[in-house]
Amino acid sequence: MRHIRIKRIEEKIFKGLMIVATLAIVVSLFLIIVAIVRRGLPVMSWDMISKIPTGGFYLGKEGGLLNAIVGSLYIVVGSISLGLFFSLPIVLYINLYLPEKSRLAQFTRLSFDVLFGIPSIVYGAFGFTIMVYLGIRTSLLAGILTVTMLIIPILIRSIDEVIRRVPKEMKDAALSLGATRSEIIKPILRQVAPGIVTAILLSVGRGIGDAASVLFTAGYTDSIPTSLSQPVATLPLAIFFQLSSPIAEVQDRAYAAALILTVIVLILSIAARFYSRKFSKNKI
Amino acid sequence: MIQNLLRVEKYFDSPTEKLQVMRETLNQASGDLILKAHKPHISVRNLNVYLAKKHILKNVSLDIPDKAITCIIGPSGCGKTTLLKTFNRLLQNSVDVKIEGDVLVDGENIHGKEVEVESIRKKMGLLSQRPCPLPMSIYDNIAYGPRIHGIRRKKTLNLMVEKYLREAGLWDEVKDRLKSPATSLSIGQQQRLCLARGLAVKPEIILGDEATSALDPISSKKIEELFVKLRDQYSIVLVTHTLRQARRIADYVIFMYLGEVIEAAPASEIFSNPKEKLTKEYLDGYFS
Ligand SMILES: Nc1ncnc2c1ncn2[C@@H]1O[C@H](COP(=O)(O)OP(=O)(O)OP(=O)(O)O)[C@@H](O)[C@H]1O
Ligand SMILES: [Mg+2]
Repeated sequence: MRHIRIKRIEEKIFKGLMIVATLAIVVSLFLIIVAIVRRGLPVMSWDMISKIPTGGFYLGKEGGLLNAIVGSLYIVVGSISLGLFFSLPIVLYINLYLPEKSRLAQFTRLSFDVLFGIPSIVYGAFGFTIMVYLGIRTSLLAGILTVTMLIIPILIRSIDEVIRRVPKEMKDAALSLGATRSEIIKPILRQVAPGIVTAILLSVGRGIGDAASVLFTAGYTDSIPTSLSQPVATLPLAIFFQLSSPIAEVQDRAYAAALILTVIVLILSIAARFYSRKFSKNKI
Repeated sequence: MIQNLLRVEKYFDSPTEKLQVMRETLNQASGDLILKAHKPHISVRNLNVYLAKKHILKNVSLDIPDKAITCIIGPSGCGKTTLLKTFNRLLQNSVDVKIEGDVLVDGENIHGKEVEVESIRKKMGLLSQRPCPLPMSIYDNIAYGPRIHGIRRKKTLNLMVEKYLREAGLWDEVKDRLKSPATSLSIGQQQRLCLARGLAVKPEIILGDEATSALDPISSKKIEELFVKLRDQYSIVLVTHTLRQARRIADYVIFMYLGEVIEAAPASEIFSNPKEKLTKEYLDGYFS
């Protein structure tokens, strides 16, 4: 009897803790969103998302943030594509071609764990050093490359985790039909497709919101770049620059930029969830 | 017997002469009658397998008769799964494996240098303990094998999917939902799907590792009936823990204990009159 009662109390305590933790997170998120909406929404207008800045934009005059919106999307799309192009082969190689418990695989995982933890400003500084060395100026390409380096550890480690969890029986089943190692990639990717979507989403979140990595590498400009060698504006930098302005109107526009950034991430998350559900239809 | 045959290899040069003597040797050994009617499809000679430095299969020599059901029985951990995985070379994927000795399939050493591992595996359909459909639709599961072996024509694939689903007794149950995920099937249906998927690569041998142990009695019975139906066309090797199942369907039985083959004989013989004391004790249920 008594130990049952103790168990009940334990149960209650843990339940309470969970509720408190969840509430704390939800409430602080909500407060952030409220702050962004409260200051950003009043200055939101169609112009804000459809026009590039005019001459006096940073003094509170006409114009919008289209340059930063498009720039951020360029950077994110470019670096996710490039990132997947490099990380998928790496992950497939360490999981399918290296023997189980291979030293090289363990070492690779450890390396990416370390890279994962490096702050983005270091990537920015590293990119900048190389650019100086090669004599390249800030550009869309340099921005994409730096953000790619920033997100590759996330992509690799999260895709690696899901591929490692693919049941061995499934691989054996495909192999025993006479499939080669490269032919079992297709069923494996189908199995982990929802995991890859999550990995991409995490990387988008980190890549699109990061200011430090693009500060020295992508630069900033009021126009939309038409080639990879031109500098490009990004939303996090738009927030950063406008927030440091003494003019209240301009500061509010920083919140508008933050609002746009949040909405983009929200739309992408919803789309990702939708696709992830579609992909997991066949998952075993 | 095996020693005799090996001796035959050495002493006779002309193939016809050799064959003659081999036949006679086989005739002498009544217990190997079945291997006369069904010449060995897989022959294992002095196979030693080490996993992570542990000696798992110890000097295993045996013959798997062609177009018959062979049941491998033995207590848990005696190396049955390891033996099956050696047959289709799945073992080499795991850690630290050392394989010595010969495994001959149709007289060809599967560990030979020129042998393509894919062609060995294609010869053998594998049915695991728990059904393991691929993460795709019912149709694509069956078509996966034919596709990787180069069949692209939609019409051919359709025909094959239907043929093998019928062969596995699943067609009527799934013909209206070929595009739905394989995981939407019940476990028993999934196992028959896996069988159909294996048959679709036109194997000669079916390997089943406790293929019915995760299934309900009715599904299990269906799979068993399928094996019996298929035995005229395929050599079937089943690892089983259910002695009753072995009694029901086996033509030939191999009893293993701690990595060794203790006895291999036709089912009628081993069940009615086991030669080894250990076999008798196992069959009588003294240990399992
Ligand atoms: N990867 C491995 N490394 C080391 N030992 C292993 C490995 N895989 C299997 N073994 C050992 O090999 C022995 C035989 O295993 P196996 O799976 O072939 O047995 P089994 O006869 O199929 O048993 P069960 O009836 O329980 O399935 C066991 O003692 C097992 O512990
Ligand atoms: Mg086993």
